[in-house]
Amino acid sequence: MAVVDQLSKEKSSPNSSDGSKRKWNPDRDVKPWSGGYFRYDLIKEFVTALAGVAILVVALAVLFSSPDKTPVTLQSWSRSDPVGFAQTAITELDGTSATAHYGPPYNTTPNAGQTLGPVSLARIAGARIPVNTAESFVIQPLETLSDQPSLATALKRFASATSSEQANWENSYESAVSKATWNSGALSVPQGSYGPVATMVSSLTNMARSGALDGALLRSHQFYDTNYTKPLLFLNDGSYMANVAGSEHLQGTQWGMMNETGSFPGQSWLWLYTMWYQIPPFSHSGNADALVWATMAILTLAFILVPFIPGVRSIPRRIKLYKLIWRDHYRS
Amino acid sequence: MTTKEAKPTWTGSVRDALVRALPPEHLLPDDQPSYVSSWIYVFGVLTVSALAIVILSGTLLALEGPAWWHTSKVGLFINSTHLWSVELFFLFMVVHLWGKFAMAAWRGGRAKTWVTGAVSFAVSVGAAFTGYLSQQNFDSQWIAVQAKDGLNSVGIGAYFNVMNFGQMFMWHIVLLPAVVGILVGLHILLVRHKGVVPPFEEDVRSGRG
Repeated sequence: MAVVDQLSKEKSSPNSSDGSKRKWNPDRDVKPWSGGYFRYDLIKEFVTALAGVAILVVALAVLFSSPDKTPVTLQSWSRSDPVGFAQTAITELDGTSATAHYGPPYNTTPNAGQTLGPVSLARIAGARIPVNTAESFVIQPLETLSDQPSLATALKRFASATSSEQANWENSYESAVSKATWNSGALSVPQGSYGPVATMVSSLTNMARSGALDGALLRSHQFYDTNYTKPLLFLNDGSYMANVAGSEHLQGTQWGMMNETGSFPGQSWLWLYTMWYQIPPFSHSGNADALVWATMAILTLAFILVPFIPGVRSIPRRIKLYKLIWRDHYRS
Repeated sequence: MTTKEAKPTWTGSVRDALVRALPPEHLLPDDQPSYVSSWIYVFGVLTVSALAIVILSGTLLALEGPAWWHTSKVGLFINSTHLWSVELFFLFMVVHLWGKFAMAAWRGGRAKTWVTGAVSFAVSVGAAFTGYLSQQNFDSQWIAVQAKDGLNSVGIGAYFNVMNFGQMFMWHIVLLPAVVGILVGLHILLVRHKGVVPPFEEDVRSGRG
């Protein structure tokens, strides 16, 4: 690695002195390098690094593979916990589920949508992905079961009832289904005045157990569909999916999204984003998501603009870690 | 008929500008300033190497489609190389980033180099995130339903629907890799254009250090 001093001037890095008469700032400006050079093969460095990283990647892949936990479905949920499924189904029908009153972008529930001070960006964006849980999650899927006369009658009766009648049936059923049991392959709910609602929820539970509901919620105008918004929202309204996530240390209180099933490192680079959810005031705020996103937006912008922020750009010079990096240079 | 007085063509002007900005000895130098003597410098090229393997393994996965790796042992292995190259990519990039911060590598007109690197990091987080959403397993389901609340809270979720597999998959394999590729390419060209930032001058003068 011979030093090639004669190249020094020619190869000097452009300095700060951009021609302006600004005052010298050591955190912004540099003097042109007038020292020596040594031979260095960048292509060889890249090829060596590429080979080394490739070997390391293959070794990690062979040793640890990658996680692939089977997804949950409405079928697996309703087979594992039919009563829990029915309890969620009635909340989709009566509009009390988390999705039903989520607000934008799924519906226009008054005052729903998080705010940043007086501004709600969610409400400004609006309900661009409309979801009517009663229609989309319950009634329309049931209407596809055309070979069940009793269900057809129940749907007709429900549709022709007044809102008040529907609400009375739904409220009665929602109270009763909390005491429901699953006996001999059927949902058993205490006797009551549920009108057609009992038939509808029972049919939906059976439909889910058969696997047909998973497909019905993907129904679109096309043959192909790749949008899983509806089945995921339905799944997320129940506790089954959250319980599975909890057993895999994926709950929000367990640093949620940055983790991955099993013992894999996951998205560890999201640690700062996830951290805010663990500490006050974010952890107690009803606007936690919007506050965390606003905080991260400011921090990301600051990170990008570090070279222009007085004080922040002085940190490297003050902490002097560079002396370790350039120790050979300073020693010589 | 071409004469010496002819107006320069657009092509000629662009070529001349590129050659002025990046003469071959700057684009592919075979020597470096003597202060370039630390292991920290290796993490830049390690990051690029890991990115190359991310792209290669992702391309191999794309050949057979998104569901292949769930049913094929070869597919699972390729997916594993994709996962671990991403993990290494971020590890190397973060060390590279902290190293460059410690060197105040934006000095001497290198702010654009820092900015393109920082934006590359931010976009890479998005690219990896959409990859996790495209796995078609429980992780992608759970990450989607968790992430939707943050995105919805600031109105982004209305346009960027993390539960729409088709949308996320296209972002992951087309849009974000293209942006990362362009940014990283630009970042490397800026590094070559400006060279590696010299040490803090005050220490050289005073002999401290």
